[in-house]
Amino acid sequence: MSNKLLIGTRKGLLILEKNGTEWAVQSEHFEGIPVSHATLDKRNNTLWVALDHGHWGCKLHRSQDGGATWEEVEAPKYPEGATRPPDEATPAHTSYIWIVQPGGDDQPNRLYVGTEPGGLFQSDDNGDSFQLVESLWNQPSRDNWFGGGRDYAGVCSIIVDPRNSEHITIGISVGGVYESCDGGKTWDARNKGLFADYLPDPYAEFGHDPHYILASPSNPDVLWQQNHCGVFRSVDGGHNWQDIGTDDGIYFGFALAVDETDENMAWLVPAISAEFRIPIERALFVGRTEDGGKTWQQLRNGLPQKNAYDIAFRHALHVNGNQLAFGTTAGNIYFSDDSGDNWQCITQNLAVVYSVKFF
Amino acid sequence: MAHLKFTPHLKRFFPDLTTLDIEANTVADAIAIANNHWDGIADYVIDEQGALRKHVNIYVDGELIYDKETLTDKISADSRIFIMQALSGG
Repeated sequence: MSNKLLIGTRKGLLILEKNGTEWAVQSEHFEGIPVSHATLDKRNNTLWVALDHGHWGCKLHRSQDGGATWEEVEAPKYPEGATRPPDEATPAHTSYIWIVQPGGDDQPNRLYVGTEPGGLFQSDDNGDSFQLVESLWNQPSRDNWFGGGRDYAGVCSIIVDPRNSEHITIGISVGGVYESCDGGKTWDARNKGLFADYLPDPYAEFGHDPHYILASPSNPDVLWQQNHCGVFRSVDGGHNWQDIGTDDGIYFGFALAVDETDENMAWLVPAISAEFRIPIERALFVGRTEDGGKTWQQLRNGLPQKNAYDIAFRHALHVNGNQLAFGTTAGNIYFSDDSGDNWQCITQNLAVVYSVKFF
Repeated sequence: MAHLKFTPHLKRFFPDLTTLDIEANTVADAIAIANNHWDGIADYVIDEQGALRKHVNIYVDGELIYDKETLTDKISADSRIFIMQALSGG
């Protein structure tokens, strides 16, 4: 059980705390500034916040006292000469920080940061400095990456295998899934079985749009993916993906959560397809499977069932045991303490929610 | 001495920010000098390739600077330089 939530919004960071059965805002940080991602590094109890200043660029802050005080560290910087496709003439700079991901337990000072325009950065001094992972940036297939939602491709998912920290899987939106088995020295595309209806060849090797991918903590070979064009699962570390979507709503969305102990259990917050990006029939539900995606339940108890325009973004759904929480574009936070059977809106009228984490 | 002035919005991140008298030949020089006084302020104004951030404006003697990519606009001995956030990008 966790009694705290870290909420990154379009207008600042909130820490929510549960006292008894009631959640309340405990503190507000970076008020008025967009928080693109916020997370906890459990290895050293450090909170990380990525900011997307409207005027002053992307910044990274960390707190080692639970949010009481914050320290700005130098945000990842693209090296001189790095350029953006397709013209390869425009200098690349960090235009968005999508995700901050701690490294493995045996790499206590390793951090990864995923950015727009498609660069993965690595730190080996707990964020004091970052280096672009050149091996990924120099992939010839980068010519097949492009923007989706934002102007340029973004590294939105980073998975470090808990059994072997050298094994890293990333998701690029739009670009696809890539795997490294040697700590990021070399990369292979892992998009077999995915479908991209916007491409001339929907089964192309590159150019897929994994909105978010996660591994099952209890079996890291089992990967889940909420894609732009469906929902997919792999039981062999991404070498082969199976379509586990349905015709009645488990298809488009961003958010994804995977059970900590059951590799067959996951949750989604579906929406109508890309051209609409609103809840199906304007009724919000959470999709849950308990059998690896063979069947899905649509969980609606406590969620608005009419006139709802809530969308949950990719980092805005989190699970912690039987607890689930997600935040929406309409500024609402929904919470369940029974694995999604029942929900309550614990905070509303926030700004657009970008990330939600129990901590 | 040229006169370098910042929007008060930046005082939120650099509380002791003040107007600075500087000797500089270009806008890029002026920002580098400012960064020596307030470590990290350059990253708020320009990106890692030295280009002016999209939603930041710099005026020299009342005119918006021309070279937003490498900031080579000249500064004279008594120039007035003003760094402000654009009204877009909020």
